[in-house]
Amino acid sequence: MIFSKTFCPYCNKVKELFRSLRVDYYALELDVTENGDSIQQVLAELTNQRTVPNVFVNGTHIGGCDATYQAYKDGALQKLLGDNQITEPYEYDLIIIGGGSGGLACSKEAASLGKKVMVLDYVVPTPLGTSWGLGGTCVNVGCIPKKLMHQAALLGQALQDSRKYGWQYEEQVKHNWETMVEAVQNYIGSLNWGYRVSLREKSVTYLNSYGEFVEPHKIKATNRKGQVTYHTAETFVLATGERPRYPGIPGDKEFCITSDDLFSLPYCPGKTLVVGASYVALECAGFLAGLGLDVTVMVRSILLRGFDQEMAEKVGAYMETHGVKFIRKFVPVQVEQLEQGMPGRLKVTAKSTEGSETLEEEYNTVLLAIGRDACTRNIGLQTIGVKINEKNGKVPVNDVEQTNVPYVYAIGDILEGKLELTPVAIQAGRLLAQRLYGGSSKKCDYINVPTTVFTPLEYGSCGYPEEKAIDEYGQQNLEVYHTLFWPLEWTVADRDNNTCYAKVICNKQDNNRVVGLHVLGPNAGEVTQGFAAAIKCGLTKELLDETIGIHPTCAEVFTTMDITKSSGQDITQKGC
Amino acid sequence: MEVNGLMPLPDSYDYDLIVIGGGSGGLAAAKEAAKYEKKVMVLDFVTPTPQGNSWGLGGTCVNVGCIPKKLMHQAALLGQALQDSRKFGWQFTEEVKHNWMTMTESVQNYIGSLNWGYRVALRDKKVTYENAYGEFVGPHTIKATNKKGVEKLYTAEKFIIATGERPRYLGIPGDKEYCISSDDLFSLPYCPGRTLVVGASYVALECAGFLAGLGLDVTVMVRSILLRGFDQDMANRIGEYMKEHGVNFIREFVPIKVERVEEGTPGILKVTAKSTTGNQIIEVEYDTVLLAIGRDPCTRKIGLDKVGVNINEKTGKIPVNDEEQTNVPYIYAVGDILQDKLELTPVAIQAGRLLVRRLYAGATTKCDYLNVPTTVFTPLEYGACGYSEETAVEKFGEENIEVYHSHFWPLEWTVPSRDNNKCYAKIICNIQDNERVIGFHVLGPNAGEVTQGFAAAIKCGLTKEQLDSTVGIHPIFWDFFKFFLLNCVHL
Repeated sequence: MIFSKTFCPYCNKVKELFRSLRVDYYALELDVTENGDSIQQVLAELTNQRTVPNVFVNGTHIGGCDATYQAYKDGALQKLLGDNQITEPYEYDLIIIGGGSGGLACSKEAASLGKKVMVLDYVVPTPLGTSWGLGGTCVNVGCIPKKLMHQAALLGQALQDSRKYGWQYEEQVKHNWETMVEAVQNYIGSLNWGYRVSLREKSVTYLNSYGEFVEPHKIKATNRKGQVTYHTAETFVLATGERPRYPGIPGDKEFCITSDDLFSLPYCPGKTLVVGASYVALECAGFLAGLGLDVTVMVRSILLRGFDQEMAEKVGAYMETHGVKFIRKFVPVQVEQLEQGMPGRLKVTAKSTEGSETLEEEYNTVLLAIGRDACTRNIGLQTIGVKINEKNGKVPVNDVEQTNVPYVYAIGDILEGKLELTPVAIQAGRLLAQRLYGGSSKKCDYINVPTTVFTPLEYGSCGYPEEKAIDEYGQQNLEVYHTLFWPLEWTVADRDNNTCYAKVICNKQDNNRVVGLHVLGPNAGEVTQGFAAAIKCGLTKELLDETIGIHPTCAEVFTTMDITKSSGQDITQKGC
Repeated sequence: MEVNGLMPLPDSYDYDLIVIGGGSGGLAAAKEAAKYEKKVMVLDFVTPTPQGNSWGLGGTCVNVGCIPKKLMHQAALLGQALQDSRKFGWQFTEEVKHNWMTMTESVQNYIGSLNWGYRVALRDKKVTYENAYGEFVGPHTIKATNKKGVEKLYTAEKFIIATGERPRYLGIPGDKEYCISSDDLFSLPYCPGRTLVVGASYVALECAGFLAGLGLDVTVMVRSILLRGFDQDMANRIGEYMKEHGVNFIREFVPIKVERVEEGTPGILKVTAKSTTGNQIIEVEYDTVLLAIGRDPCTRKIGLDKVGVNINEKTGKIPVNDEEQTNVPYIYAVGDILQDKLELTPVAIQAGRLLVRRLYAGATTKCDYLNVPTTVFTPLEYGACGYSEETAVEKFGEENIEVYHSHFWPLEWTVPSRDNNKCYAKIICNIQDNERVIGFHVLGPNAGEVTQGFAAAIKCGLTKEQLDSTVGIHPIFWDFFKFFLLNCVHL
């Protein structure tokens, strides 16, 4: 019996506790009960407690929220409930659905805090039949292989540069796709294995099975052979991640590939059409072109939606000067196979987004990279009442990553309104486990998260894009400092002067605090990371100016920026 | 105003400011002063090396320092990239050679363009430039002697000494005759071949590193420790890595004689060296001997005694107050010649610029010599900011510092499967001050790029907690680094 008020957060907390214990309770909401005030008066006389919640179990007065949780912690509550509850203890303290970066980080942290943990991980094969091992998107079909293939492309550039630096070898240089894929997949294989071992070391139970809720606190796990087991847990974490979206046009699933297929493609893709302008699209297009392939990107509207558009256009411009073709404002409407093979030949029909113009072109491979969808619709969430955003499948959570069902949490790419980045998922997963089991109260901070796009010219950023900063603070309150720069290593190679670019956005109203930092250039990730820490510490333009540069690096440009965008001064580098 | 010397003070000066030395610090100061409509002259003159080598405007960094060494380091890294690239699927002939002349020409062409750029920039800013040797002859008065021996006198209200340093010679038989220094190496018109590098300064290790990276047989002769003044744990790891990558080390020996066995480009030299701990003597032949045992300030032959500027007699360094002013009020000094300051290009630039702003623009900001980041471009690059572990222990006491550290493996190195557990990072925190980060050290690729932002963060008072709450960028090695940092504590 809970005497409660509908608006009281502590009352809700108590109710959550009983729900999570699968105990039916009766709550009397005093604020919507006719004689609520007098009931509260009587309660105060009986229990010496005027506040709500006021909890009774089988006639015994427990007290308020804190007292109830205390009783739960020391077991007194369970003892009182014991008589009329069929106590069947949960098999696990925590079951995590999804063995990606976030899920694994959370499981290992929980296990090291002494909890009994299970991880369910299952990769539904792509339409072309590709699947992979433990570790999720990042390790298998995301950050890791893409950065390695980006590195392969950079090494192609290094081969060209090296001649200027005195290295001599025969003119003819070729790239062997299979060698690269094998090397990359071998490394990924070692990571998959490493994850398995580390789960075992931490005594986390791992099931290579598809998880699906069948009733509260209970999950059905189906393995590759269709064998089914059931498991219960006190708490669940959803960490199922996302998978590439298909446009729903004739031939898309039959003939096209996605990033889920590309990194293990057993043959060189040849002439490739990349559909989309997401960072996945541009990164893949970039390294494929860098390996010497004929690459075209088909863009519906803008490049890198959500990123600073000035930077995005510069990323695109660099790709274009380095041989990537762009078809703007077209979308594919049909893909047909002209010839089977590895690769075969495909005919793509595309339609203008502005008129009725259509065009047809042949490619060996069509790579779809138009977005990703959360894997939340086929895991039985409706059965236990977890709400998702019906439109995009994302899961709304509060600031402690809790869904509307108190014993179910969610982390990673499936969260609504949060960032889809591996380190964010890891941070969120670890902190969640520490809050659940380690007595911590530290929450994951989703603000000022740095990120890097590994396009041929890498793009690192932290804080606001210029457009968003203007929305937030008003153009008149911002000062933008910017400059072009020429990496020393590129001078001798004699290439790409006036393409690398750095920009810092400062809030004049707040002591010229840095609210956005953007850089296009080699090693942009390495450059950005430290500045992200500085922004976390309240970096201002003055402090940036006082920081002494490291010579000769690219990162030092940030310490000597004195041209404002509003001044309109020339920022091109002349000779030196 | 009677300052020093016996000559009468001129009534009016030819210039507001004369800068002696056209290196990074001097040029930055001169250009900044010109902004405020001051009449400025720069005197720059390169005394040729014993081997007869000299160079253009811009000072050490541009001509015989940071710029050419970073470019030659890059040449060596590209050699590694060539090897790595095969593992990433690139196919080309087995045989790969390096051509020293091609590299040197490219590097010198780039430097030439910088020299020219500086000349143009000075002209644009209406700074008078004289390619002449400056020497004080009386108060506010300087004598400028050009290449042809023509002398001119100039007066100025204020002076900035920015003459920099030059490599030290050993003072042993054969050193100036047969050995080269970093002042010669970067424009050497032939491949140095088998090379002995004498010294363990950062110049020594950087040069040894890239020479080995280009495929040469390189030996480093070390008197005592590596990279004096740097964190010794890091210094030794750098040495280990170089050793594993083919650089030979002869520890606790010093050369006592260099003789020529055969003339040539390169010739053959015989080096006799003596143990620092016993009487043992060794003799080894090399094609080239590169001396990198230290650098001396160019302050003893510029007439400082004539105007009464004090220098440290032992080191030749000039003591200044916190506004870069010498004991003679109208004479200032910036750059590598300052006593107890850092010998780094960006420091000289910052000091020069801020000095001029204080002199002519009413500014008050002083150059902050604390928490200056730096990077050593050895084969495994080393970036640092703040205290070394030794200095931190000394300053705060071992019980008051906590050191977090980790090895990491850059993703790009995994596929070529090389050098696991070589890259290393450590952070030194002051427990008494909210675990504020007081030392940051990293060994790994792109260490300079990595360190710069953290230097800004340290400037902003970075604590361990803030570092932990900074989300990493994946999959650069920072992420691995952070992950391990969170887990590993070393006391």
